[in-house]
Amino acid sequence: MFFLKRLLLALPTLFGVAVVVFVLLRVVPGDPIAMMIPPGASQADVQNLRAAYGLDQPIPVQFGRWLSEVARGEFGTSISLREDVMKLVAGRLPATLELCAVAMVVAVILGIAAGVVAVRWKGRWPEWLADGLSGLGLAIPDFLWGLLGILVLGVLWPLLPVSGRIDPRIEFDPGSRFFLLAAVVSGRFDVLAELLRHMVLPALALAIPLAAALARVVKGSLAEAMTQDYVLVARAKGYSRSRVILRVALRNALIPAITLTGVQFTFLVGGTVLVETIFSFPGIGNLAIGAVLQRDLPLIQGLVLVFAVLFIAINLCVDATYVALDPRVRRP
Amino acid sequence: MPTPVSRRSFLLSTGGLAAATGLPAALFHGAASAAADGKTLTIAYNLPLPTWDPTAGASAANPAVQSIYKAVFDTYIDQNPDLSFRPGMLTKWGWNKDRTKIELEVRAGAKWHDGSPVTADDVAWSLERAGDPKSGNPIQFLWGKIGNFKVSGQKVTADVKEFEPALFKWMAFLTAYVLPRKAFTAAGAGWEDKPVGSGPYMVEKTERNAYVRLKAFPGYWGPKPAFETVIFKFVPDATSRVAELESGGSDLTLEIPFEEYNRLTQTKGFGGVTTPVSDIGMIFISNREPLLDENVRLAMIQSVDKKAIVDKLLLGFGVPIDTLQAPQYAAFDKTIRTKYDPEGAKALLARSGYSAANPVKFTIQTTRGMKAKDYEMIQAIVGMWRKVGIEASIEVYEIARHFELRARHELAPAAFYNWGNAIGDPSTSTGFAMFSHSPHSAWKTEDVDAKIGPLWGEKDETKRILGYRAVDKYIADKGLVLPLLQYVQPVVFRKGLKFTPHIAGFVLPQNVTRA
Repeated sequence: MFFLKRLLLALPTLFGVAVVVFVLLRVVPGDPIAMMIPPGASQADVQNLRAAYGLDQPIPVQFGRWLSEVARGEFGTSISLREDVMKLVAGRLPATLELCAVAMVVAVILGIAAGVVAVRWKGRWPEWLADGLSGLGLAIPDFLWGLLGILVLGVLWPLLPVSGRIDPRIEFDPGSRFFLLAAVVSGRFDVLAELLRHMVLPALALAIPLAAALARVVKGSLAEAMTQDYVLVARAKGYSRSRVILRVALRNALIPAITLTGVQFTFLVGGTVLVETIFSFPGIGNLAIGAVLQRDLPLIQGLVLVFAVLFIAINLCVDATYVALDPRVRRP
Repeated sequence: MPTPVSRRSFLLSTGGLAAATGLPAALFHGAASAAADGKTLTIAYNLPLPTWDPTAGASAANPAVQSIYKAVFDTYIDQNPDLSFRPGMLTKWGWNKDRTKIELEVRAGAKWHDGSPVTADDVAWSLERAGDPKSGNPIQFLWGKIGNFKVSGQKVTADVKEFEPALFKWMAFLTAYVLPRKAFTAAGAGWEDKPVGSGPYMVEKTERNAYVRLKAFPGYWGPKPAFETVIFKFVPDATSRVAELESGGSDLTLEIPFEEYNRLTQTKGFGGVTTPVSDIGMIFISNREPLLDENVRLAMIQSVDKKAIVDKLLLGFGVPIDTLQAPQYAAFDKTIRTKYDPEGAKALLARSGYSAANPVKFTIQTTRGMKAKDYEMIQAIVGMWRKVGIEASIEVYEIARHFELRARHELAPAAFYNWGNAIGDPSTSTGFAMFSHSPHSAWKTEDVDAKIGPLWGEKDETKRILGYRAVDKYIADKGLVLPLLQYVQPVVFRKGLKFTPHIAGFVLPQNVTRA
């Protein structure tokens, strides 16, 4: 019932997003047709072109037509790429999801580790170091981490590739756009290593700010957990401080971190727009930049809807986790 | 006594060891040099290839992606690096005596990448399709001027429906690619995965928005390219392209900041070529107040020190120009000059009642980052204008907005733009930029139309070129546009390579050899 309600609430949210994006794109400066006019075109040619894309109709008519098509699962054809919008998005989305997933794993590992270190060695230099690093991680935006990564690990010390998703020389027919998964399933661990090599820098760029935020939350909640009675009992039993932290306190301290992770995942997806561009990573973030510059209205609309669905789905997952962890939420 | 080893501790220790040694080794083994095998050339390219149909969609009219198309497909007529024309898939071409027909001779012995022969029928079909409004060809307006194709052996003839003097020049440029009738129609949507051309390279793999991998075509009719494999990596960000080169991920790149070009070639040991290309920077002048005043327009032009802009701001990566024709274009006339004369500009403004104390005011629009130092250039120009009595306020907009305003004839009185003309014909520069019926012009007046109009259909080529020179002189005398400079394209590559530049700005892999 709880999820049914949330799902029903998602529908007006999606509709609102669709209305805002559709209207906004037609109101902001920049006409996609003007960008397509060939050198010798006449005014009649321009009008014909406009009519061909349905842009000669009033905005409400255009919206009604588009919405009915979306309801049938048709998101139109990209103006700049001349390909079905959903096919384009479906082709790029797996790359972004894989990147975000790897970034999330990295962020969780780094964030929890930093939080634990800060509490374990409270008042000593490891805590100061963890705090300093998390402060730095929060202060510098993801795309700057990306540029820094390129400079250090791509140029000064060229250990990692700085662009793309896979080495173009590698022969690999994944049969799916989820390359990481396909590499594992097909047992191509050489490809898996290459894919991960290409992901290290963009994933780190995305992960560092999130890891920093997680470190702060884990440190706070862990420090609080360490004052609880059950922890004192564990200490009284003679367990070491490290064992108490890892085996007793951390599990409870992770609840707020999980919530934060879910919420931050949406920001992670948003962050791919710039990071994918810097690393020429062929995901939907990269696609979005091109679509905006080209004023590719059908593609932008499709991408924004996909982003919106992703955000809603992630929030639903977070709610589900929260409900599972805290039964009080289920109560009316 | 041996220490007992539990399953958990064994897995933990071996896993930890693997993580500590194997994973970092697998991930951080260094970025291999792309051309380490000597057979592969990797180019960090500035734009992704939107589609493998080089004749349809807006992207087909984008000069910047033509380098990739030209590696895979043959154009009807080819272009030398100096913009002169040479046989491509056509070995002969021309008009009949009264210019009511065109006659083409198709190259014998050429093959498609699937091994089948290129036929005259393929050429006729490609031209017919290009002229079909339903094909989505962005230059359809031009190809539609010929029709009723007839094939006989290696010869193709067609009727001229409307005379287009630059028709054969266009046969070397945008959308002028010969496609295989049979393979194209049979492929349908599958064309994007396995396009078939007749050029020096065939498509081996396409990873949309990421890279394309090409393989040398053994059956190519022309010279064998130096590299067996060519990879175009799509790296739109200029900083990332520089990093690609420095990290060894790519062998050659283009369109990088001038400072980076100097750093890479002077201190990092990379090779480099700078070439003036068929792309110019200009300021559109619209026929609206206060620029209806000829004195103001001429003062605008005379107060801009183009040489200083090129030398100091663009670090020499430009050539000052005074008309819309670059020196390599067919109608370039070196006698048409606009002088840098700030004192003369002051005098002109004084005649219209303006001075530094009482400046003429208007808005100038510009992009920021669309072209190298575009905004900085306009800032410098506004500074020069201020000294003589012109107060221009800068409005920054996106290129999409520029196109929208230009099509509606609503640009600000002055607007910066860059104009490409890879075929070097005056109709493609002065013609489309200054004829009022063109959706791309900003100055729309009858006097200019009266001069350009007759040239559209002029059958005497010498007369047509001289006609455009006269138009350019008139435009310069009246100050109807402010041409600034011809851009210089920087191309950087690793040591051991030799790159032959092309004035059209093409970075053709077939023009890269080992030094």
